[in-house]
Amino acid sequence: MQIIQPHYHAIARTAQDYERMAMSGVVAVAEPAFWAGFDRLYPETFLDYFRQISEFEPTRAAQYGIRHFSWVAVNPKEAENPVLTREVLAHFPEFFAKPTVLGVGETGLHKSTKNECESLEAHVEIAMKHGQLVLIHTPHLADKAHGTRRVLEVLAGMNIDRERVWIDHVEEQTIKPCLDAGYWVGFTLYPITKCSPKRAVDMLEKYGTGRILVNSSADWGPSDPFTLQECTLEFRRRGHTLQEAIEVFHNNPCRFLGQNPKFDIKPIRVEMAEEEPACG
Amino acid sequence: MLSPEQVVDASFLEARHMLLEIAALLDRYDAAVARGAEAGSPVATAKLAALRQALGVLREPDPPQDRTVALLELFAQA
Repeated sequence: MQIIQPHYHAIARTAQDYERMAMSGVVAVAEPAFWAGFDRLYPETFLDYFRQISEFEPTRAAQYGIRHFSWVAVNPKEAENPVLTREVLAHFPEFFAKPTVLGVGETGLHKSTKNECESLEAHVEIAMKHGQLVLIHTPHLADKAHGTRRVLEVLAGMNIDRERVWIDHVEEQTIKPCLDAGYWVGFTLYPITKCSPKRAVDMLEKYGTGRILVNSSADWGPSDPFTLQECTLEFRRRGHTLQEAIEVFHNNPCRFLGQNPKFDIKPIRVEMAEEEPACG
Repeated sequence: MLSPEQVVDASFLEARHMLLEIAALLDRYDAAVARGAEAGSPVATAKLAALRQALGVLREPDPPQDRTVALLELFAQA
């Protein structure tokens, strides 16, 4: 089965992950800009990182037949330095011109401070001004419900096309208001601290499959890109058809990411072949 | 040996994860019943009852025996 991994931090992973993903059906990954584990001090550090994910990483993925796309952003954890954020934002248009950059992300909130909210607003503004997609990170664990509410409040005050915005890391307590407001949502499958494959399938069964993306967000922390395959297995094990699985794990990423024409992988449909004449 | 604080710090997120999985299992069961499926065979009903009983054991602040032993004995009968 063909799968698209819509949120994947490839620079934190080994070539073996690419190889195993390719062997298990992954045809494309999309890499949002991420936190490096420490707060970066210089705009140039971000710009080299953006070059890495928009220029170098597609070549590494291509060795395994995987298409690689990326996003640019200053991570919410680094938004407490507004001067740095503004300097980096000024360079975004250079990266929007790259052939595999799909938009702005992951922006969003971490502790939902005033600086973070202003940074989120600035990120969404520049994305909308340049016709880009937006990927929004919502906070972890105890901060998730409040942070997601704040994300929705910030977005509600802006003139945006909600179908072009993906709010990620939703869970059972945050999915409904995001879907009700017209955004795409993402389930992030982590071994311990985010959603599990079984809970993700529960939500797919409860809310339907429209405007939902499932991802592993595999990074340098405790995470596993193959939680996505675990989720496809759980989905199929519960009796959902192959085509229904393809809709969720391949076609939905095509539908959202394909709003940027650079993402040119199209939804697929499985059909029975016509009966072939017997040999001899 | 770990201090009481270290015990909690080291395992809180993992325990949270396991409890969420149990909560999701019970929600999944209720959703299946709400969809009109049969409530389950006697064996399945007994297993569910054992899980609920186990959750009761975990709530005890001062159990007469180790909780792990109590649950293993409980599940041996399910």
